[in-house]
Amino acid sequence: MGLLDRLDNPYEIDGFFLGTVEDLLNWGRSKSDWYLSFGLACCAIEFMAINASHFDLMRFGSIPRATPRQADFIIISGTVTLKMADRIKKLYEQMSEPKYVMSMGSCSNSGGPYWEHGYHVLKGVDRIIPVDVYVPGCPPRPEAFFEGMIKLQNLINNQAIFRKRSSMSAEELAQLEERNQKQKEYMERAAIEYENYQETLKTGGMQNPDYNGKYTINLPKIRMIDHE
Amino acid sequence: MNSNEIFDKLKSEFGDDIISLTEEKNYDPYITVKRKNIKQICLFLRDIDGLNFDYLVNLTGMDWGKELGVVYHLYSISLKHRIVLKVFLSKENPVIPSVERCWKSANWHEREAWDMFGIQFENHPNHIRILCPYDWEGHPLRKDYVEQETYHGMRVPV
Repeated sequence: MGLLDRLDNPYEIDGFFLGTVEDLLNWGRSKSDWYLSFGLACCAIEFMAINASHFDLMRFGSIPRATPRQADFIIISGTVTLKMADRIKKLYEQMSEPKYVMSMGSCSNSGGPYWEHGYHVLKGVDRIIPVDVYVPGCPPRPEAFFEGMIKLQNLINNQAIFRKRSSMSAEELAQLEERNQKQKEYMERAAIEYENYQETLKTGGMQNPDYNGKYTINLPKIRMIDHE
Repeated sequence: MNSNEIFDKLKSEFGDDIISLTEEKNYDPYITVKRKNIKQICLFLRDIDGLNFDYLVNLTGMDWGKELGVVYHLYSISLKHRIVLKVFLSKENPVIPSVERCWKSANWHEREAWDMFGIQFENHPNHIRILCPYDWEGHPLRKDYVEQETYHGMRVPV
């Protein structure tokens, strides 16, 4: 499917091949997906090892970005507490399209060891944002993470930019539909939450006691995702 | 100074506020005190020559089922001795004077005891939750804690 696979094609020789702009764009996107520099718990320690010279994440073309606005994907590396869940939602909304989410480790996949008695833990980050790739493990080995990384690259390679649906196989179409459905559900949820938030603003908003009630938390407006 | 001498010194100063000294095998010896004069007791332990408890190792809330409590672990860096204070509080009215003016480190410990056990500390300068979000309901480490169903639209239990 990828551009480089075509080098094996006997009909495309001597540096020439027939292709589409879309293939070229997807090839570029999949080989330079930048991630948000963001870590949550012990998976973040493993993630530091992945970034260091021995495993060297940068050979995938991934560079850490300090702001969500420049990031292509976010790695939820660790336990998502309910306190942090609000912030993760905000970070995800600040990222620009196209955006992807990798859930790393048991905690962010499903709550992990906090499944039953973790009163403070969100049981799976897919309850608040749509997840593209799940990496199991507690924490995952770097090799497991890299498999997830390759899965993400394949996903980007297969993505439609210009009317690609007509040439897609049924399986690829189903994957795309699933992803779009997730985005749509998220959009609906965000719209409901935005309405609820407007309601709380009417009653004076949330007071932050750190500032003796003089300061009201002013949450930014939730951006509506305009996804096809 | 050993725990018996510390107990005698406190008993002679505060009388009925000091209830008992308990020494068990494998446990730090602890003195059970009444809550009313806890701040004066702590200032006494900190400032009197021979006691000099200049370091609050730990302050934690407890839930013994029928009643709540606060445990103070004290250590003297200069004299190298230690003691534990225990205060029992009723579940209906768990209020105790703050010792933040004795040891500054009590500030966050008391906030944690408030957050996790709902023990109120009088005259605490910043009496708010420290770990849970500000709009959290309930105090999670209590034995009778019931999880809230939803938090900001997210389901809390499985």
